[in-house]
Amino acid sequence: MSGPSDYQPSHPVLKWIERRLPIFGFVHGSFVAYPTPRNLNYWWTFGAILSLMLGVQILTGVILAMHYTPEATMAFHSVEAIVRDVNYGWLLRNMHATGASMFFFAVYVHMLRGLYYGSYKEPREVLWILGVIIYLLMMATGFMGYVLPWGQMSFWGATVITNLFSAFPYIGDSIVTLLWGGYSVGNPTLNRFFSLHYLLPFLIAGVVVLHVWALHVAGQNNPAGVEPKTEKDTVAFTPYATIKDMFGVSCFLLLYAWFIFYMPNYLGDADNYIPANPAQTPPHIVPEWYYLPFYAILRSIPNKLAGVIAMFSAILVLAFLPWLDTSKVRSSKYRPLAKQFFWIFVVVAVLLGYLGAQPPEGIYVIAGRILTVCYFAYFLVVLPLLGKIERTKPLPNSIADDVLAKTGSKAVPMVSTVLALIVAGGLLVGGIDTARAAEADTPPANKWSFAGPFGKFDRGSLQRGLKVYKEVCSNCHALSYIAFRNLGDPGGPGYSTAQVASLASEYKIKDGPNDQGEMFERPGRAADYFPSPFPNEQAARNANGGAAPPDLSLITKARSYERGFPWFIFDLFTQYQEQGPDYVAGILQGFEDNPPADAKVPSGSYYNKYFPGHAIKMPKPLSDGQVTFDDGAPTTVTQYAKDVTTFLMWAAEPHMEERKRLGFQVFFFLIIFAGLMYFTKKKVWADAH
Amino acid sequence: MTIASSADHPTRRDFLFVATGAAAAVGGLATLWPFVSQMNPDASTIAAGAPIEVDLTPVAEGQDIKVFWRGKPIYISHRTKKQIDEAQKTPLSDLKDPATDESRVKQGHEQWLVVIGICTHLGCIPIAHEGNYDGFFCPCHGSQYDSSGRIRQGPAPANLPVPPYQFVSDSKIQIG
Ligand code: FES
Repeated sequence: MSGPSDYQPSHPVLKWIERRLPIFGFVHGSFVAYPTPRNLNYWWTFGAILSLMLGVQILTGVILAMHYTPEATMAFHSVEAIVRDVNYGWLLRNMHATGASMFFFAVYVHMLRGLYYGSYKEPREVLWILGVIIYLLMMATGFMGYVLPWGQMSFWGATVITNLFSAFPYIGDSIVTLLWGGYSVGNPTLNRFFSLHYLLPFLIAGVVVLHVWALHVAGQNNPAGVEPKTEKDTVAFTPYATIKDMFGVSCFLLLYAWFIFYMPNYLGDADNYIPANPAQTPPHIVPEWYYLPFYAILRSIPNKLAGVIAMFSAILVLAFLPWLDTSKVRSSKYRPLAKQFFWIFVVVAVLLGYLGAQPPEGIYVIAGRILTVCYFAYFLVVLPLLGKIERTKPLPNSIADDVLAKTGSKAVPMVSTVLALIVAGGLLVGGIDTARAAEADTPPANKWSFAGPFGKFDRGSLQRGLKVYKEVCSNCHALSYIAFRNLGDPGGPGYSTAQVASLASEYKIKDGPNDQGEMFERPGRAADYFPSPFPNEQAARNANGGAAPPDLSLITKARSYERGFPWFIFDLFTQYQEQGPDYVAGILQGFEDNPPADAKVPSGSYYNKYFPGHAIKMPKPLSDGQVTFDDGAPTTVTQYAKDVTTFLMWAAEPHMEERKRLGFQVFFFLIIFAGLMYFTKKKVWADAH
Repeated sequence: MTIASSADHPTRRDFLFVATGAAAAVGGLATLWPFVSQMNPDASTIAAGAPIEVDLTPVAEGQDIKVFWRGKPIYISHRTKKQIDEAQKTPLSDLKDPATDESRVKQGHEQWLVVIGICTHLGCIPIAHEGNYDGFFCPCHGSQYDSSGRIRQGPAPANLPVPPYQFVSDSKIQIG
């Protein structure tokens, strides 16, 4: 469809170039004059959205790489330094981290659109297979990117995923050692993952070029699934498709911005705010959401090798789709049975994703097995058979006919939609039940001043919380990511430069070596960080009955509790993300002097209502009247807990106020822009109808 | 028909296109800003560039020390009587970048010269106590500075800059 175009630039300089390199004609032929079917719907804008996301990921990624250190002892710290110290570092990191999720979300929509409208069928098989290759590369890139922050989930995710290869007989262990560059996941692994994570996106970009090339040879499929025949069936790519794509993109940006500015940690895992610890596996290892269906398939097969094969097959089967689907009709619009099976397949995939995040026990295992069978049955049984037995509806003569007919028909509620609703409803009820059961152990929700889209820290609370930290917590807990200068930063406790300097000078900081080669102590300066109470982790562990008190800088982001279905869906809209603060405040108030009779508390541990397992090594840290406040705030444990948690929330994310403020501005702009795009699109398309 | 309708409201249609294009341009430019701004020194680098104090007691007459401030080498020279005299007596007309010696030292502390030891030609570090002017000599392309750090000979265009500093006591300075 593309190819040599008769376009000639008029400017003599451009003419000169064009004769030697016909690039303007190429661009004009491929992206301006290129005919696109006039009946494309908004599902087709996801191609443009994906191109944008690839660009955003590469751009933000290249920038993050300027500040990131791929070294096992420094990686975690360097990511925190990006978020805390680099100008707009928090924004760039959020763009990249949530961008990965948005990229996968868009690719899933794009793939399902191809599935629904039969976009993989002759003559678009190669186009489709190139897409599957892109998807595979994306998965590898996403996985390695998730390893780079070097938190607990990074480390253990890397361990689990690389160990998949150990399932292969004879060569498995050698492959795993090769991947690691050592006898376990370690610095060499991190280093090579960084290198590959930087390389793969450019490979993706290369395959995308092939993908687009193949698309331009075969031409776009369309909702009717019949090829354009006359000029009446198509419109020029620019302005028609371009403007429609841009409107689609501007709507997508709203979703993207929602995550960047308001829910940056919603799609991540709290455990990844704990630095990697090779000695301790988190109780519940979950991959990123976009791998969950495949993870569920892996776990539902009780044999190691078979599980790994099943997981890889679940992806590879997609490449054979053009030959598995035997129907001559492309679009499911004209395939009443295929349409219903398609929606059932979507529900199966979503449910598999849900199961992938659940602990592999009881009913979840059985459900996982059933759904795994359903997943494969769709490709290996349903699609091959349907083509033989299904009675398809008559196809429109041309795209133009399809466009004209559209105004007449009314959508009939589909059986499958009803089915999906029933399943979802069932899950909802089940979820509420489990949520109820868990309620007793769930820390109570507090009203935080920093919650919600306009949340701000309460300065008084921050200052009181700092006092509680200094007088109580700091005896055992470090706060090593916070420098004294941060206390004067905008959006923080709001101390003046002079106050910060005098606060800092109260501390003795180890410095050196001096000219004599000796370490010495000097009063703290604004640029120094809060000193740690113990010289190293072993000392901390030794002094505290075998459990090292965690660093508190990130504690409110590193702790969470299961919200459970359906709450996690509601949270998406209510922007509830204060599990961490609620948990921390809960722990501080959850000590009970008289534990319930059935509680088993080993000696050296203390009963805490909200601590998982109820036996915590930390003795009750706070009691009424322990810390005095100048501002007349009540000196109660409740108040202490609230203030110190607020302070620690600020410590975990010093730029939170800036994030929410900028978020509001961005939303204001994007809504106006999307509105303008909508009317522009309408105006442009008015000519085409 | 479509042609007629667009001809009816040419201004409204144009206005919409211009507004949309302008919004896209504004949004694009605003988005660029964080990507440029992140290249600037980050907060920890800026904080680490806070003023430093240097004790001058160990530096004997005729000696000099090099300290680092914001990653730049700072020469602190304890000048001899001869060096001070030479620096003060040089007529301004002999200088490529005229500046009096008084303007380059602190009053009452004329024996101390504090300059940023970065050649104003292309950034090499000049060597102290070398060259024809009892000052600094840059090995890279042969620039020579006198005992006041002023450019006297060679390709460098300007004097060695004096960093912001003050005496906190007779034997201690604060740079920055
Ligand atoms: S850099 Fe010193 S003379 Fe060129």
